[in-house]
Amino acid sequence: MGEFKVHRVRFFNYVPSGIRCVAYNNQSNRLAVSRTDGTVEIYNLSANYFQEKFFPGHESRATEALCWAKGQRLFSAGLNGEIIEYDLQALNIKYSMDAFGGPIWSMAASPSGSQLLIGCEDGSVKLFQINPDKIQFERNFDRQKSRILSLSWHPSGTHIAAGSIDYISVFDVNSGSTIHKMLVDRQYMGVSKRKCIIWGVAFLSDGTVISVDSAGKVQFWDSATGTLVKTHLVANADVQSIAVSDQEDSFVVGTAEGTVFHFQLVSVTSNSSEKQWVRTKPFQHHTHDVRTVAHSPTALISGGTDTHLVIRPLMEKVEVKNYDAALRKITFPHRRLISCSKKRQLLLFQFSHHLDLWRLGSTVATGKHGDTLPLSKDADHLLHLKTKGPENIICSCVSPCGSWIAYSTASRFFLCRLNYDRVHPKVSKMPAFLRSAVQILFSEDSTKLFVASNQGSLHIIRLLEGSFKHLHTFQAQSGTVESMCLLAVSPDGNWLAASGTSAGVHVYNVKRLKLHCTVPAYNFPVTALAIAPKTNNLVIAHSDQQIFEYSIPDKQYTEWSRTIQKQGFHYLWLQRDTPITHISFHPKRPMHILLHDAYMFCIIDKSLPLPNDKTLLYNPLPPTNESDVIRRRTAHAFKISKRYKPLLFMDLLDERTLVAVERPLDDIIAQLPPPIKKKKFGT
Amino acid sequence: MAALEEEFTLSAVPLGAGPDGLLGVEQCDKTDQFLITDGGRTVILYKVSDQKPLGSWSVKQGQVITCPAVCNFQTGEYIVVHDSKVLRLWTNEDVNLDKVFKATLSAEVYRILSIPGTEPLVLFKEGAVRGLEALLAEPQQKIETVISDEEVIKWTKFFMVFRHPALIFITEKHGNYFAYVQKFNSSVVSKYTLLLGQEEKSVIQSFTASLCRKFISLMSLSSDGCIYETLIPIHPSDPEKNQHQRVVRSLLLKTVVSGNARNALSVLDQDHVAVLGPSLPASKECLSIWNTKFQTLQISKELPQGTSGQLWYYGEHLFMLHGKILTVIPYKCEMSSLAGALGKLKHGQDPGTQTMPHFVNWETSQGLGSQNAEPSKRILRRRKIEASVQPEVPGSQQLLSTIKKDSEKHIEMELRKFLAIKRTPDFHTVIGDIVIGLLGRCKTEPSFYPRNSLMQLIQMHVLSYSLCPGLMEVALEKTDVQMLQLCLQQFPDIPEAVTCACLKMFLSIGDDSLQETDVNMESVSDYSDAVQEEQMEEQTGILQNGFNPEEDNCDNCDKELSEKPQNTIEETTSCPVIPKRAALLNAVLHSAYSETFLLPHLKDIPAQHITIMDWICLLLDANFTVVVMIPEAKSLLLSLYKFVKSQICICSELNKIEVSFRELQKLNQEKNNRELYSIEVLELF
Repeated sequence: MGEFKVHRVRFFNYVPSGIRCVAYNNQSNRLAVSRTDGTVEIYNLSANYFQEKFFPGHESRATEALCWAKGQRLFSAGLNGEIIEYDLQALNIKYSMDAFGGPIWSMAASPSGSQLLIGCEDGSVKLFQINPDKIQFERNFDRQKSRILSLSWHPSGTHIAAGSIDYISVFDVNSGSTIHKMLVDRQYMGVSKRKCIIWGVAFLSDGTVISVDSAGKVQFWDSATGTLVKTHLVANADVQSIAVSDQEDSFVVGTAEGTVFHFQLVSVTSNSSEKQWVRTKPFQHHTHDVRTVAHSPTALISGGTDTHLVIRPLMEKVEVKNYDAALRKITFPHRRLISCSKKRQLLLFQFSHHLDLWRLGSTVATGKHGDTLPLSKDADHLLHLKTKGPENIICSCVSPCGSWIAYSTASRFFLCRLNYDRVHPKVSKMPAFLRSAVQILFSEDSTKLFVASNQGSLHIIRLLEGSFKHLHTFQAQSGTVESMCLLAVSPDGNWLAASGTSAGVHVYNVKRLKLHCTVPAYNFPVTALAIAPKTNNLVIAHSDQQIFEYSIPDKQYTEWSRTIQKQGFHYLWLQRDTPITHISFHPKRPMHILLHDAYMFCIIDKSLPLPNDKTLLYNPLPPTNESDVIRRRTAHAFKISKRYKPLLFMDLLDERTLVAVERPLDDIIAQLPPPIKKKKFGT
Repeated sequence: MAALEEEFTLSAVPLGAGPDGLLGVEQCDKTDQFLITDGGRTVILYKVSDQKPLGSWSVKQGQVITCPAVCNFQTGEYIVVHDSKVLRLWTNEDVNLDKVFKATLSAEVYRILSIPGTEPLVLFKEGAVRGLEALLAEPQQKIETVISDEEVIKWTKFFMVFRHPALIFITEKHGNYFAYVQKFNSSVVSKYTLLLGQEEKSVIQSFTASLCRKFISLMSLSSDGCIYETLIPIHPSDPEKNQHQRVVRSLLLKTVVSGNARNALSVLDQDHVAVLGPSLPASKECLSIWNTKFQTLQISKELPQGTSGQLWYYGEHLFMLHGKILTVIPYKCEMSSLAGALGKLKHGQDPGTQTMPHFVNWETSQGLGSQNAEPSKRILRRRKIEASVQPEVPGSQQLLSTIKKDSEKHIEMELRKFLAIKRTPDFHTVIGDIVIGLLGRCKTEPSFYPRNSLMQLIQMHVLSYSLCPGLMEVALEKTDVQMLQLCLQQFPDIPEAVTCACLKMFLSIGDDSLQETDVNMESVSDYSDAVQEEQMEEQTGILQNGFNPEEDNCDNCDKELSEKPQNTIEETTSCPVIPKRAALLNAVLHSAYSETFLLPHLKDIPAQHITIMDWICLLLDANFTVVVMIPEAKSLLLSLYKFVKSQICICSELNKIEVSFRELQKLNQEKNNRELYSIEVLELF
């Protein structure tokens, strides 16, 4: 198969932001996740938990609350006092609106989804009407004396529960007046704390209010009488989040110790109708605070400071014990943060507010499999490019020649020219000509720049020595405003493929500046795209781990693609739980496709037979004393290496050189604040 | 706490008891019915709760009953043997014993044994045993001789051991005692020689036995007045070799009665025995209950007219001849618990039964039986009265109107009439209304205080604090300690504030005024004169907890714990309260309370009374220490200590391992991450 020199890069010190809120939408089976830097991500739980959309963060926009409303509209609110609605098609912010109540700590959509309730720093609870185009302030509820940290609607929509500091209020929605104030005991293990913060409330249809607080308690209240019914002390630290299932037969709480507790409504005795809430299962999938939890019909979802999104299926709710029943831990974004200049051997790392440009080192030595070669030249940090303003970088790209860097924030597109005459390259900024981009790509010869903007349009810009010229704009297909998140250009520069999240892949003829064809839409979103040299075959990877090869000139799937669809992929291949994020090709070996996900790197040799389920898919050991015959017989098309993980980027620099960018989880944990120390054993 | 209730007699007419007393008292298939066989010719069936005979049967003149009548629990028939060999079977319907079924046997019968759940057995004087059915099928069958010549059966008992009948009998020959155990699932007889130990010369006066897991615990009362225990295995390890095993008896209780008299012993439960005989200092005959675990006398009752030295115990009744009269003393033993001792546990009261005052045995002293049994007239007797004066009684409404205007005397009379009627379901609320009516008049009319009526109402055992709020307040106002004591004993729901107010009053009331009042002393009845008390004080002292937590070496623990604790407080703490006050304080201690609610009120107790409180605390501590120091607790504490220690060891080792693992992990990471950048060679296969 061949031997490669691999540049193993671990200096990409990327740290994902902690998760602040999760909101589950039952109708679309999608999960919205907001992070502490203001980023909002949308995961499609039906599509193998693929992160299909994201909204870039903003320094001043710390989200404290996230919720879905009627018609799958997504709202967030945060400490800047604004309510934001997201445009899930165009992938930008539809509008933001000041609630005039100071920082917003909590938000909840009414059970009907037509009203929005927010809890503010000044103790006010404000009700908004959700209109088709915007939200409109309706009225204030009785003002409380301190901030409203949590809100929950009664399923009938007539009452709400609001958690504040030291007490829980129950409001009548019609009158807006407080019916009950339920004081929470500040005592914690016999020690009186200064304050007891109600981090979360949940209002059940029988009138029970469940509260979780900073004293480690989960408490059940009777909202009709305003009395405490039951207390569970679950943690020595704060219980920070709660989520109840739609059936109200189970709920989940997350604690600052990283533990998630599952509570279930179970019969007191078998075949008795009397039921009570019982703490059934503890889960310890987090090392840090579990800031937020969600309860889908089949899984418990949790996220927190340790940046992992954990989806823990409830085994009793999973009908088929397939791979969906396994625990998912999502840490890295399902998109590329790294681009590479093959010619100059440069790597561009994208962070939330800056870009880093590194030049790889070199070696003259050779060795055999597994050897680490002595470096003749170490890697160089060439450039640290900081963005101005509070907005996060959405996307970035370095041109194959290494002379151009393009990146974009939500409000501005930047193009820079790099001059390598001196030790450190000189950056000259190009004047602004585009507002914002979702995806950026340079052609192989670095003469053209392709930019996918919001609203579905594609721009082609010609690059010359130090100047540029806008060539053409492909407008979005009529009627759609879906942004194109993925771009691929053929090495000869003639074809451009672009894909959104749901519709098919569009292939444009760059020479004639027109749409060539559209690859039929598939049920699962595209996770990576690439066009092979010479053959101009478009290789598409989907979130269900299927791979298609589509011949652009012939406008049809290739024979190999049909064969593999007919035979099916190896079951272990389909069971991988991270999407393929990058596809590339070998310049000299047209039969090879190189692709990787976070835990493996694979070269598909189309000339070899496909593996069936009985074949060993992944063989980490080199064949030793087997004869060539056996070797040839057992060899199959998928050559897999799991040596580098978590793998964020892998590409071929030249025929015999690979670059792999790893980000070990321990390095991320090392950069997080220390977790609450818990003794595993003893007292 | 073990307690004896008021005795009652079964027959007004003295039974024809011979010089040796009764032949026997045996259980019947119906509860509460007993067969009494006198020393001559008569068998009487008694219903004990009604104190009346249900039937009486006599053998002909010239015949003599030689073996007490028993009941066959499987058929309901009665069986008796007269003239040693003649067996008679009859039922309730039969009138004349002469005309009932008769079987003449070939050998002399020692005893017929019958217990529920199995066929009666016949034990012959020669030691052979037959089932009744087999014997009746062939009455003249040959009976073999089991025991040797001159060997005489002294005592026997029949048990069910894991659903198999087992029989033990004791024989005596020339002052040597032998025990025979026969099991009927294997029909093997095991013989044991009872070794008397150092007290070779003593004569055993009485035997009793109980089952104790795999052993029969045989207790014997010797002529030296001590009780000994012998453990006889039920399942001999090797039946072949077991023909002449020896069993040693060990001293269980020292000198409980003076010897040289007719004494009797009966085991009541695993910790209590009843002893009938003259008590040591007084040398008057009495019935005493001893706790074998704590080696303490629980209660004793004087029987001035003497006994026949026979004692039977069935269910909750002790039977004995007092003088010539068959006397029944109901006996009750509540499980003693620390919670009970600390007043946390309110003893459940059955509505039908009379409550017993449960006393704390502060010192192990011998006292007189309860004298002041005034409040408890037996229910059955009351029932009789109820039945007789049922009609023409004033309704509760009438009584309430009487309360409003009439004199105390008249109210008392009307109330007595009212209480005599049959109880209605809402009886307790009616009583509550009456009390409230009385209290209402008390408030408006300061001179009105119908003390007798109120006392009578409280003793109906249906009142609670919440049913008649204000009653205790009025009693507090009037400094009526007797009523307060009664309330504390009866009400299950007294608020802690009121309990504390009572305590304060009990502590502050002068000794002189207390002497004049009539306080129920039952709870401290064994609190005799001061001299004796002082002696006891010196004997027991106050035991400090002998357990030294600093001692970390567990290997020494066995030894250390088995040693008697040395730390005793030198100074003798004398009791600072007079008996009457002690009785009152005991009532407070026994009342139910919750610590959280009591503590705030306890702070209000004036400083001069703190000494008494401290003293009570010391006593409670001492009692707790005794509980901790009993032999059973010793091994439990020891194994607990060992277990906890091993748990701590495991946890600390696990923690060490965890830390080591973390360090290893760190090293491993460092090895893996030695560089942020490297160029490696990879070959794909």
